[in-house]
Amino acid sequence: MGHQEKQSIVSIIGSVLIIGFYTLYVYKNYVAGDPEILNDFQFWGKSFLYLIPIGIVVQIVIHILFAIGNRIVTQEDMPDLTDERDKLIELKSIRISHWIFVFGFMLSMGSLALGMKPYVMFLTLLSSGFLASLVSEVAKIVYYRRGV
Amino acid sequence: MGKETPLITNNIRKLRFFADEMTQQELADRTGVTRQTIVAIENGKYFPSLELAFRMAYVFKVPLNEVFSYNAENDPIFKKMKNPKTIEK
Repeated sequence: MGHQEKQSIVSIIGSVLIIGFYTLYVYKNYVAGDPEILNDFQFWGKSFLYLIPIGIVVQIVIHILFAIGNRIVTQEDMPDLTDERDKLIELKSIRISHWIFVFGFMLSMGSLALGMKPYVMFLTLLSSGFLASLVSEVAKIVYYRRGV
Repeated sequence: MGKETPLITNNIRKLRFFADEMTQQELADRTGVTRQTIVAIENGKYFPSLELAFRMAYVFKVPLNEVFSYNAENDPIFKKMKNPKTIEK
């Protein structure tokens, strides 16, 4: 397995951990005590805004820890070089994740159009963003294995 | 159905052998890509940009068509045409 594939797997694990722990934290500390908060736009705004920097920092930390662990186990440095094939695979996987997010966005707007509660829209947005990032990494692994 | 010959094939493995058994890592370092990319090119899983192809030819000191070969007979574009036009010499 190549370094890029390993990094994609680490990213997938990172994304699952971040979204899992964050939603659990938010649910336990805010939603469980007051379910009505789900209809508060300020709550959703803050939840989304905090998730982005937390997600970035945690992903960086996870990747650093992985690089250190990988160095100890394999005695090999992670390549800091990104070549034309990496860029092409990145572009192709971003295109797939973009379409998934657009589809999720349409679904979320559809939920509003159908008169559902706003939290359905926010949950659909969050889920589609999460799914898009997962599929992007899975697509990378597939492209690295199958070829482009 | 037999496996079709790919449109573009390469002789990188052979050229590496004749270049004092140049390693994939060495070729990768000289052409500015990762070893995984060289592996993918050798296995026909990735077709490099023209720039990288020329860089490889330059490293091996051979013309580009000695590194990569194009099999026009297998090209579906030409197969569709009854009389594919090429320039007569």
